[in-house]
Amino acid sequence: MRFLFKTSYAQDLTLFTDGVQRNWYAALLGALFLLPWLVPAYLVDISLVLIYGLCGLSLMALAGYTGLVSLGHAAFLGIGAYAHVYFTQDLGLPWIVSVVLAVALTSATGVLVGLPALRMTGVYLTIATLAFALIIQEVFTRWDHVTHGLKGRPVDKPVIFGLSFASDTAFYFLCLAFLIAGLWITRNLLRSPTGRAWIAIRDSEIAAQSMGVNLAAYKTMAFSYSAAVMGLAGALFAHKIGFLAPDIFSVLLSIQFLLMVVVGGLGSLHGALFGAVFVAFLPVVISQARDSVPAWVGSVTALLGHDVSSAVFRAADRFVKQPGLEPGIFGLILVLFILFEPLGIYGRWVKLKVYFSTFPLYKQATFKRQRAYMRSERLR
Amino acid sequence: MGGESLDIVLQLVLNGLAVGCIYGLVALGFVLIYKATELVNFAQGDLMMLGAFTCYMLVVWYGLGYWVAFAGAVAVVGLFGAALDAGVLRRVLGQPQFAVVMLTIGLAAVFRSFASIVWGTEIYTLPTPFSAHTTRIAGVSVSHEYVSIIVGTVILCAVLYAFFTYTKVGVAMQAVSQNQLAAYYMGIPVKLMCSLIWAISAGVAAIAGVLLAPVSLVDINLGFIGLKAFAAAVLGGFGSIPGALVGGLTIGLIELFSGAYLPAGFKDVAAYLVLLIVLAVRPQGIFGAVGRKKV
Repeated sequence: MRFLFKTSYAQDLTLFTDGVQRNWYAALLGALFLLPWLVPAYLVDISLVLIYGLCGLSLMALAGYTGLVSLGHAAFLGIGAYAHVYFTQDLGLPWIVSVVLAVALTSATGVLVGLPALRMTGVYLTIATLAFALIIQEVFTRWDHVTHGLKGRPVDKPVIFGLSFASDTAFYFLCLAFLIAGLWITRNLLRSPTGRAWIAIRDSEIAAQSMGVNLAAYKTMAFSYSAAVMGLAGALFAHKIGFLAPDIFSVLLSIQFLLMVVVGGLGSLHGALFGAVFVAFLPVVISQARDSVPAWVGSVTALLGHDVSSAVFRAADRFVKQPGLEPGIFGLILVLFILFEPLGIYGRWVKLKVYFSTFPLYKQATFKRQRAYMRSERLR
Repeated sequence: MGGESLDIVLQLVLNGLAVGCIYGLVALGFVLIYKATELVNFAQGDLMMLGAFTCYMLVVWYGLGYWVAFAGAVAVVGLFGAALDAGVLRRVLGQPQFAVVMLTIGLAAVFRSFASIVWGTEIYTLPTPFSAHTTRIAGVSVSHEYVSIIVGTVILCAVLYAFFTYTKVGVAMQAVSQNQLAAYYMGIPVKLMCSLIWAISAGVAAIAGVLLAPVSLVDINLGFIGLKAFAAAVLGGFGSIPGALVGGLTIGLIELFSGAYLPAGFKDVAAYLVLLIVLAVRPQGIFGAVGRKKV
């Protein structure tokens, strides 16, 4: 177990607590740079992980750190994506300018949604953002001039300062650069007075207010920052999927983003990234399981004879080919995480770390959930 | 011309009231659960979907009569609701509201997936005694399906009102929803009451599903009506039972009229627009009362 004695203020300001941590992150960065040559087959999926990482950051800042749960983040993603595509392809703006404008526009929308949201608390806000997302999706469908409606519109590959990012590797590095920048900014923002005010609002609005935190200003700020990051993610997402249609930005996508922060672990930036890996790779894993599970089950039951085995194989095959299976698995995982590991993957990771660093002395009670008898959040 | 447009308006009012009754019933389910346990159940719409499918299955697959199947579906979904409370949701009581919201969203996804595996993704029609009957009254064609919805809602509300006012269990439930701890000290079995409220609420959702089935057809996306019922519940103030019904009727009327008189597309989002406006202007809803929260 390592102890850290702080001897100067500079230690409080550093990004990493000590050299060991810095070296680990440097190693991770090195591994990420080598990744395109290590697993070229999965590069497209990994780019999606990076984009989802940005989405996770966005929602983590809002839900995990400010305590404002939004079920409408797919709408922000969509606004960012459509705005970026409109600016580059219809107005012919340069890529960087277009991204900046798209981010600004999404951020402004975030303020617009955030303003009425200031008067709401808890679940009302969730419902309001949900309503907002449904309206925006309808706008995407109807505003033919910009979005091309239900026909959808194809997206060109990104070209920045004359450099084409058409190849998978180049696009991967583009996403990586934006994700690292986003992480760096978010991390610093969360350590600043702004971030501390957000956390105070999350833990108790009234306590924060009586300590002099301007609720309206900080909640609006959280909304606009979160929307801005989502807008950036949207611009990249547009290039990633290459084709925009209104039904991509559905409530289900918003739910996936929430799943990301819950499964990753609320209230940690690591969690946002763990969640992104999880959400982006689960469909890949499921689709591979679709192919392999029936054969596997069939071969296990082969001991019982050929007829049983082939019957089981057919049943398993029919079951895994069900189209509705995937959202169900997502939902089930969400339920299990909330019931059994509310701190998410990051919580599990912290427990593992504590287990090994305090090796013979680990007590389960350290992380025991407190039973709270009906902690009322009702407004009366 | 004037008489004709009056007919259209009357027709819209009738249909709007019927659709509004459904929203009101689903919203009633939200409100019952919210008042008793402070959980917001995002899976309410999907419970409704399960109710409609169960009734369809009993009628078409097993050949039961409509009324038997109706009662069966309500009983099955009601029991399921109680089991859900006892098995899953009781564990998150006292956890932050966010956890509950996510939990019920997850459950809704599981239900939808379950429905698509068991019943498939096709769209079904539920044969009912009211199907395809219309009566013309004063130039308005009154479809029996819509009338059945309105009559069913009125009867259900009367029964629920009597239950909550005159029976011992109903009064105990009211006590639980006012203050769980005090109710517990008075010797009321709070956990059992919560499960019962879940059962009632799921049963109400199933009734809404069965009543809606002949009008809107049965498929796995029926649950998305739950989202519009949210608008109804919020409009009426989330903790108010009459508010939920009034909210539902209002949303139903607004939806039908905006579909008839506003440009295309407004019909689908009218409920959400109203919801956003209400939340921005009067967040506590029409019937709600909001005070400062204790720290």
